[in-house]
Amino acid sequence: MKDESAGDAGRQLPFRHADDPTKVRSLGPWLDPAAPDGDVVISSRVRIARNLSGFPFPKRASDPQRHEVIESVRRAPWPEEIASGLIWVGMRDSSPHERELLVERHLISRQFAQSDTPRAVAVSSDESLSVMVNEEDHMRVQVLLPGFRLGEAFDRVELLEGAIEEHLDLAFSSRWGYLTACPTNLGCGIRLSVMLHLPALRITNEIERVRRAAKDLHLAVRGFYGEGSESAGDFYQVSNQVTLGVSERELLEEFCQRIVPEVVEYERSSRSLLAERNSVLLDDRVFRALGILRSARMLGLEESMKLLSRLRMGSCLGRLDAVPIETVNRLFLMVQPAHLRTVAGLELDDDQLREARGTMVRKVLGG
Amino acid sequence: MKCDHCDKPAVVHEVVIKDGQKTEVHLCEAHASAAGYVPQPQPLNQLLSSISPANQIVRKSGASPTCPACGMTLAQFRQHGNLGCETCYETFEGVLESLIERAHAGGTHHIGRSPSGAARATELRELRMKLVRELDEAVAAEQYERAARLRDRLHGLGERDEGEADGSASPDQAPGQVNE
Repeated sequence: MKDESAGDAGRQLPFRHADDPTKVRSLGPWLDPAAPDGDVVISSRVRIARNLSGFPFPKRASDPQRHEVIESVRRAPWPEEIASGLIWVGMRDSSPHERELLVERHLISRQFAQSDTPRAVAVSSDESLSVMVNEEDHMRVQVLLPGFRLGEAFDRVELLEGAIEEHLDLAFSSRWGYLTACPTNLGCGIRLSVMLHLPALRITNEIERVRRAAKDLHLAVRGFYGEGSESAGDFYQVSNQVTLGVSERELLEEFCQRIVPEVVEYERSSRSLLAERNSVLLDDRVFRALGILRSARMLGLEESMKLLSRLRMGSCLGRLDAVPIETVNRLFLMVQPAHLRTVAGLELDDDQLREARGTMVRKVLGG
Repeated sequence: MKCDHCDKPAVVHEVVIKDGQKTEVHLCEAHASAAGYVPQPQPLNQLLSSISPANQIVRKSGASPTCPACGMTLAQFRQHGNLGCETCYETFEGVLESLIERAHAGGTHHIGRSPSGAARATELRELRMKLVRELDEAVAAEQYERAARLRDRLHGLGERDEGEADGSASPDQAPGQVNE
């Protein structure tokens, strides 16, 4: 069955080439290495969960109700300055491959990609905004920006919210705030998160201290693809868990003034210490990784993420002039299965995919 | 709440769900009697607990609480961890209170943005009064850590929204002195 309510005939996701299906924009805008604190903070994300009053939450709703929710959200006056070129995609209209591309670009969740109920996503032309409709909640609005730009992402979400609230009647209680399908998300219903690259803290085993401190502060630490994913490539996504009894501004202050700067400083000082006291070990890790990436004939996803992480650290510390950080960032995205299949062929099996990954990485790194 | 048939306060409340349609009946003593409802004596604690809608529904159906709006049962919620609709929060309020407090590191009330700016002042007033009551309880129960947290939150509210509240409980008030 088609999602008539959300599908746009001829719609083209912003990162895909209009005429050539084997091309895909190779750098997610959130992978910009020139972004503020980009050596450690890969991206900043602010996400709000909101539900429409008068409709059961998505899992409990009927298909007609789900379609009605999609239509209501779609008709909301999304402000053009943030939601420029907003493209709506009905998930039932999109192929599994296309959904996987959206997951890899952090525009939808894996759970959302795999569900088969009526649901839709809107993506802005610069991919900084996405609106998932009928995931766990009716609306999951996210702004994702490169580097440490949490404050800016927050301001954009606030502006969006102000505009949509005029149009939509939201489920809200004066005691429990914005009501969500899972009680762990209610209250201000906001999730602030930063994706951090912490290779030095991993090498020095200090990462466990970060994990413990995060736990004490009621923060969740997850991997590259959020909930349930491992910290492949030394990427850690840190986000708030508490959303009730604390305002969104307090959370933002805590993240911007305290949490993020402290972890960034910790990682930087660990990198410097490694470079000063253990430069041979550091260079060995970096150049061994480069050697494998330039020579391997078959590369698994996890292995390539791990090796690319070391390259990225070497590049950030100025020990690897041959490979600019932008190239490494691009590779992080291009080694992902759906991105790789776009370029190398949709029909590839797992072994062929590993071979294609090895070939692509060798080519990019001049192996 | 008023009686469905006159202006007297309703003493009998009934929620009937048939074929997914929810119907509510609210009757005063006279109309309830006329409609054949027989009042039953209840001990005070049961009466107090019946204020919660969740408990009302338990009592009426005699079974596991069921949300009158979406049909979600408490057992289903416990199994999946997700609620069915906004009304579930009222239906299962008694069960959710402690669970939510644990999940949110002691957070019991919403602070921050609300859909309408106009409603905010009222909410803050309500929140302050609630916190003052809780502080009073905490002190009486000698739960000093909890009391200190509540006091800090009251101070926080006072600073954040100075000038917005009028006639509300002052954050500097001693516990128990709630302006009515």
